[in-house]
Amino acid sequence: MDVRLSAEQSALRDAAAQAVDRLGPATVAGLDDAERTAKLDAAVTASGWRELRTPVDGGAPLASAVEVAIVAEELGRGLADAAFLGPTLAAELRRRAGAPDAGVPETVALRHDLSAPACAVDGVLPNGAVAIDALGATSALVLMEDGGGYALGAVALGENAAGLDLTRPSVTIPASEVAALESQTTTLGLGDLGTWDSLALAVTCADLVGIMCGAVTLATGYARQRAQYGATIGSFQAVQHLLADAHVAMEGSRSIALHAAWAVDALPAADALVAASSAKAYCARAARSVCETAIQVHGGIGNTWECLAHVYLRRALLSTDVLGGVGPNLERVLASHGLGGDHGLR
Amino acid sequence: MDFADSPDEAAFRQRLREWLAHNNPGLPPSSTSDEYWAAQAGWHERLYDAGFFGLSWPTAVGGHGLPSVYDVILDEELIAAAAPPRPSIGYLVQGLLEHGNEDVQQRFLPGLVNGRDRWCQGFSEPDAGSDLASLRTRAVRDGDEFVITGHKVWTSYSDQAEWCLVLARTDPDVPKHKGISAFAVPMRQPGIEQRPLKMINGITREFGEVLFDGARVDAANMIGEPGEGWRLAMTVVSHEREPGELGYVARYGKLANELAHVVGADPAAFGPEQRRDLAWALVEVEMLRCHVSRRLSDRLGGLTHGPEGSVDKLLMTSTEQAVGHAALSVGGVAPAGGDDTWLRVYLYSRAQSVMGGTSQIQRNLVATRILELPTS
Repeated sequence: MDVRLSAEQSALRDAAAQAVDRLGPATVAGLDDAERTAKLDAAVTASGWRELRTPVDGGAPLASAVEVAIVAEELGRGLADAAFLGPTLAAELRRRAGAPDAGVPETVALRHDLSAPACAVDGVLPNGAVAIDALGATSALVLMEDGGGYALGAVALGENAAGLDLTRPSVTIPASEVAALESQTTTLGLGDLGTWDSLALAVTCADLVGIMCGAVTLATGYARQRAQYGATIGSFQAVQHLLADAHVAMEGSRSIALHAAWAVDALPAADALVAASSAKAYCARAARSVCETAIQVHGGIGNTWECLAHVYLRRALLSTDVLGGVGPNLERVLASHGLGGDHGLR
Repeated sequence: MDFADSPDEAAFRQRLREWLAHNNPGLPPSSTSDEYWAAQAGWHERLYDAGFFGLSWPTAVGGHGLPSVYDVILDEELIAAAAPPRPSIGYLVQGLLEHGNEDVQQRFLPGLVNGRDRWCQGFSEPDAGSDLASLRTRAVRDGDEFVITGHKVWTSYSDQAEWCLVLARTDPDVPKHKGISAFAVPMRQPGIEQRPLKMINGITREFGEVLFDGARVDAANMIGEPGEGWRLAMTVVSHEREPGELGYVARYGKLANELAHVVGADPAAFGPEQRRDLAWALVEVEMLRCHVSRRLSDRLGGLTHGPEGSVDKLLMTSTEQAVGHAALSVGGVAPAGGDDTWLRVYLYSRAQSVMGGTSQIQRNLVATRILELPTS
């Protein structure tokens, strides 16, 4: 056991950090800077980070979920308004189904509450769906019931809608027909989908860790310079303890999220799902609390649109809901101890 | 980045698992009964004699010189076997390793590590709790000895200890942090009076106070240089804050799994709130296990102890107290008496945010030393 990042992994983290530090939105107004957004998107495209889960010879992914998580954490920390989660999850579906690269920017469609992938029955999505992380995407993958398993289908996407997360817009998909992808070689089974769930949970955990890191840095920086009663508010224990708790929550989240990312490719599917569920419950609870602290430390300014604190909170709320937040994941943890059932927490 | 065992680690895990299958004493949770404390010394000796304790300490003092991550394997297997946790003496070992001279290390560490000598820690005093540096116990030179006079409190396991690591003021004329020295004081002598303290969960064998009234200690039992006591104390308490050093993950894991079995035995009897409390306990234990893996991996590049220990301590506390809340919720409070094990687990969990430095002190350290916020 040695859970330190390798030299290559550290270099990957540094590269992602540099990209978001240079090209991420430094302010809320910066979110509307189309030139900057295009540069960030170009940098992410050039890096190849969206292709980490595409297959190499033999079908294994180009990189493990740990590398995906490393990038996701940095993009979350820097509030990167460039697609990553959606394309990564789409690539994982295509890899498992043996489907060729889309050739166009693509994401995934989830149920309206984001708790599971959208699934078409008899070629129709009866209730529609939501395409997440859809900036620049022209289509979204959905599952299609296919005998005892699942095939992949695609739905064309309309215009981006901003929605909850100001950095990763979602697109609502109306009730519609779905066309099956051509040339997919493998029907997806529950094991495939379980591992895909684990990946989605682990990547959103990493995003939440990054968000927490960014929010703590933002709030700590403010507390160091904002003065009241003739002293910076960061010198007051009441404020210090809020920020200390936020830092500690972030560190605990980082530890459990790192294990979840490792587990995706290293453990049997059921164990990986428990690791991911434990991590998601922990990180989701922590992230909401940390982002709320960031708003609180900023006082009145924290409750205005122009303060970045709510951008972190909004991004955290979206990542939380992807494959479920606290309740559904605590339920998964209990189920792994043989305590599943209809005494649900949801 | 790999949480998996190397071949050597896997072989060690297998040997340990086989040994535990036949050598688990099945003691009750450590925090809830005097019976555990009475049997703890025997467990320490058996674990050590079988080659499964002192894994990461130097071979010269009876350790195995293995990488620090072996302690994670030990904790994980103790959880899986529902065995008692490993003895929590790492902070004392580190204090002697980092501050004791060759003579002190050779005389004291082997017995501490192999469990034949039991130790307690005489740091806190009635008027020196969080403000430890204001301690008033005095050590006055008398020939080849020092004479110790003072009142120590919260001295865990003092009734079983042969030795006490005592902080005492040797120079009253210098600033308070600089006049403190540390001694290994033999406990079985006239001039030392012990008074057990009954904790809120009813146990009497863990907590105590010790009165030194002219107790004598050989000058060669000073640990470190005169005036080095404060630095030694900081070494000890920073290790005392680390769950990797204490091995409490195994205790929490055992308790959480036992609570899961309580629910599993009669699922219909437990509602959503109780299930939620149990789930949080399981998740917190998993978090702490992963966190210890991460922190002990960091040590593979060299031993460090800094303000990060305060982060560890706060995470350890949240885990123990989540387990405590699950014990309260799932195990119940035994309102009419009888088996109140789970009530005792809950009540004991309240001590974790005080012992080894309160959570408020830890937050001060995180804020000022990690987040670099200004001191007021």
